[in-house]
Amino acid sequence: MSTAGEPGLRPGAADALLQVAGISRRFGGLQALSDVGVTIARGQIYGLIGPNGAGKTTFFNVITGLVRPDAGSFVLDGKPYEPTAVHRVAAAGIARTFQNIRLFSEMTALENVMVGRHVRTRSGALAAVLRTRAARAEEAAIRVRAQELLDYVGIGSLGHLRARTLSYGDQRRLEIARALATEPKLLALDEPAAGMNGTEKLELRRLLERVRTDGVTILLIEHDVKLVMGLCDRVTVLDEGRVIKEGEPAQVQRDPAVIEAYLGRAHAPA
Amino acid sequence: MAGKAAQRQRRITQLAVALVILALPLAAGALGAAWVRTLAFAALYVMLALGLNIVVGFAGLLDLGYIAFYAVGAYTFALLASPHLTDNFPAIAAAFPGGLHVPIWYAIPLGAGIAAGFGVLLGAPVLKLRGDYLAIVTLGFGEIIRIFLNNLNRPLNLTNGPQGINLIDPVRIGGISFDRPLDVLGLHLTSPQLYYYLFAALAALSVLVCSRLQDSRLGRAWMAIREDEIAAKAMGINVRNVKLLAFALGATFGGVAGTMFGAFQGFVSPESFSLMESVIVLSMVVLGGLGHIPGVIFGAVLLAVFPEVLRHTVAPVQEMLFGRTLIDAEVLRMLLYGIALVVIMLYRPRGLWPAPLHGTARVAPGAPAVPPVPGGAAP
Repeated sequence: MSTAGEPGLRPGAADALLQVAGISRRFGGLQALSDVGVTIARGQIYGLIGPNGAGKTTFFNVITGLVRPDAGSFVLDGKPYEPTAVHRVAAAGIARTFQNIRLFSEMTALENVMVGRHVRTRSGALAAVLRTRAARAEEAAIRVRAQELLDYVGIGSLGHLRARTLSYGDQRRLEIARALATEPKLLALDEPAAGMNGTEKLELRRLLERVRTDGVTILLIEHDVKLVMGLCDRVTVLDEGRVIKEGEPAQVQRDPAVIEAYLGRAHAPA
Repeated sequence: MAGKAAQRQRRITQLAVALVILALPLAAGALGAAWVRTLAFAALYVMLALGLNIVVGFAGLLDLGYIAFYAVGAYTFALLASPHLTDNFPAIAAAFPGGLHVPIWYAIPLGAGIAAGFGVLLGAPVLKLRGDYLAIVTLGFGEIIRIFLNNLNRPLNLTNGPQGINLIDPVRIGGISFDRPLDVLGLHLTSPQLYYYLFAALAALSVLVCSRLQDSRLGRAWMAIREDEIAAKAMGINVRNVKLLAFALGATFGGVAGTMFGAFQGFVSPESFSLMESVIVLSMVVLGGLGHIPGVIFGAVLLAVFPEVLRHTVAPVQEMLFGRTLIDAEVLRMLLYGIALVVIMLYRPRGLWPAPLHGTARVAPGAPAVPPVPGGAAP
């Protein structure tokens, strides 16, 4: 991460990895996001919380290019990026997981992670058919790296199994390994703890802390307030498509607006 | 070492298969030339099925117009190696006083390239379509090509319409003309036998290309798109390019097979490229084992040889049992196809010879053993 402090960055934002501002998006009559902005510092675990329907996933889809915003500006690692095509966002350095796990279910766990290396490798059809020295070397490197990442997330012995046969918690881990394979600057996780039991959550927390220590910034959408409060360095609270509070977890937790957003709506239909 | 024994076993199997493939036309030759022709066609169908398997099996894009690429290849060679163009266009006749006789070595890459071009032409507008919608558009594409071939005899006579193009040159390689018998190594090889060996070699090459593509970065990208397009995009795969490449590479196989078909038959006409042909090639892929190369080959050979077996057995068996022929072989064939497909879908939805299930994933030979990473490496 040597690009910090590049010219062109606003002063005071030297350690910002992702700066997005003014994001709006309307779905028909629903203003899903209005003027949402987030600045994520390098090396942080950044939480995005809010009640159901607050716009968290839409925000997530906007910054990863799945949903086009009506307005907004995007800067990743000092460089503006246009989230107009999902694959370019991945190339720019944002990798994501999905709320409802989206693995390549008929491929093996190892192959899933190998697909993650696609964006950082280059062998084409001709090299594959001729099986050139470069292509073979690259293929071997992809395989080694994929296995390392499986080991890293703790499912190194399951590489030969089809993804859909893994347990739920292992599928979550596999998704993280696959995302890490793209060498992201920002790892964006959409409710990674959903459906996990206490032990699995604890393991997930350890894993995410380790990922952060190894230099990857994390953006986390999560329902589990306890996990967010324990893990995140900073938190943004969304409600009805707006930012209602941004700050450190302890501050946010005490904020009246946040409490109202959660408790006031807890019994309303989502 | 278990690995070495397994490898030796695989080598032995490969050798045995190669010997059978080499000996087959000699044995079939004893039964009659028709059987050798059937075998040659089986090899062509293997190429077609492998090509379609790239699109349907690997990338998961349902294509019901695949035979159009076969047609493109066949007509490419037909136009470049027959008197048709010189007869109809004085300018071309003037330019080539000796007639148009493009050698096969130019015709194959040309047929492949033009078919690939048509593959992109089909692929580009259907990038956003999936499943049934994609199937319908590709079906339409296949019909459009056939109808063009059928009607492009006016105002300029490009394809000679429904009459087709005749007098296409045979394959000539190094002074050997494949339309005449050849005596080599004490063997008397007939023309169909020569073609069989050529087609079998091309089919073997196709198997090699397909299996290398399957185990590559591109092959994984195709499968990722097949499994989950959105997740594939999120992994940085340029879905548009990768899909177009699937269409183009798949079409290439069709184009080459078509070129060979034109040379083998010496005659092409639009009726060889009907929707039914597309359906049959797709049946070969699905029946054999979608996405599994050995299964696809098996399906292709089975469906290519089966009608011939029926043709030779149905009438005599009925004569024997009932004293006369009640059901025509052709009718019975379609009935059996229908029954077979229904039964397959019910009992073996992944095909007769599907890819092995979980826990038995291939490990590429020569892949370095992965040492356990203590503590894990930093990403």
